[in-house]
Amino acid sequence: MSLLTFFTWCESSWIGQAIRDSRWLFPAIESLHLLGLAVLGGVVLAVNLSLLDLGLGRKSAAGLWREVRPWLVGSVAVMLGSGFLLFTSEAVKLYYHGAFWVKMGALFLSLAFTVTAQRRTALADPNHISPLRSRVVAVVSLLLWFLVGAGGRWIGFS
Amino acid sequence: MSLLEFCRWLENTPGSIALHESIWVYPIVESVHVLTLCVFLGLTVVIDLRLLGATLLATPVSQILRRFLPWTVAGFAVMVVSGALLFYAIPMKTYLNIFFRLKVAFLLMAGLNVAIFQRTASRTMAGWDHDPKPPFRARLAGGVSLALWAGIVICGRMIAYNWFD
Repeated sequence: MSLLTFFTWCESSWIGQAIRDSRWLFPAIESLHLLGLAVLGGVVLAVNLSLLDLGLGRKSAAGLWREVRPWLVGSVAVMLGSGFLLFTSEAVKLYYHGAFWVKMGALFLSLAFTVTAQRRTALADPNHISPLRSRVVAVVSLLLWFLVGAGGRWIGFS
Repeated sequence: MSLLEFCRWLENTPGSIALHESIWVYPIVESVHVLTLCVFLGLTVVIDLRLLGATLLATPVSQILRRFLPWTVAGFAVMVVSGALLFYAIPMKTYLNIFFRLKVAFLLMAGLNVAIFQRTASRTMAGWDHDPKPPFRARLAGGVSLALWAGIVICGRMIAYNWFD
């Protein structure tokens, strides 16, 4: 099955159809997507500020990472769930939309980077790794997430 | 001059027309408004969750406020400026929009919530700064803030849908 076939199938599914047919369902799911964004954005920012020795400071990064982990996982779940619902309502349009693919690529990289390099760096003893590594990790994470957000916003302009 | 007349006047100013008709500037201002949400509201959520005793329990409340408030204040400034520009681009329709009016009402209530917190629970913070679960008035301020900001985000999103025009 080609990707386009899958996208077409999503769009013609009853979920996609229900969201398209409803006046308020799409805006309601969009609002949920934005509320998830606020939580996810706040958690990502708090962690990255720590890695940059701003916010709660570099020494707090490991503790902060452990404390906000459920909020990070929860908000990503809300984002993926609501995002998928939005996707089903206009999947074929998105297939031909460059911003959608930029967003999906950046999302994959962001998540992969978060659970590998960023996690390791945040949990590492700050005395045993260079401040430069922490800073680079934070900047890369912020850039990747920014690309996800900007790509998402750009999907709306079409 | 009534608010309605003011909006009508604003709508016919060259700047408003230019912004309204711009191909790039308006979407960029809108993107800035949405993405700065992460800075302002994201860190406000972290602060509110700490007040509720839901995260960062080992960190004193005063420390979280001291470290994050400068970021939320800067983020809020960007939100106000970009939000004002979005209003400036479409004054009449926005002014008459029910969700815009609700959003403004919620914003005023959120401001009032902060003012009440500063005059009550915040005054005694030294006594509960390290508590994993702050006193009721502090938790109330955090919960009310979260609820109001959720309402503000939802109303903000709904302004773009012209259901009642």
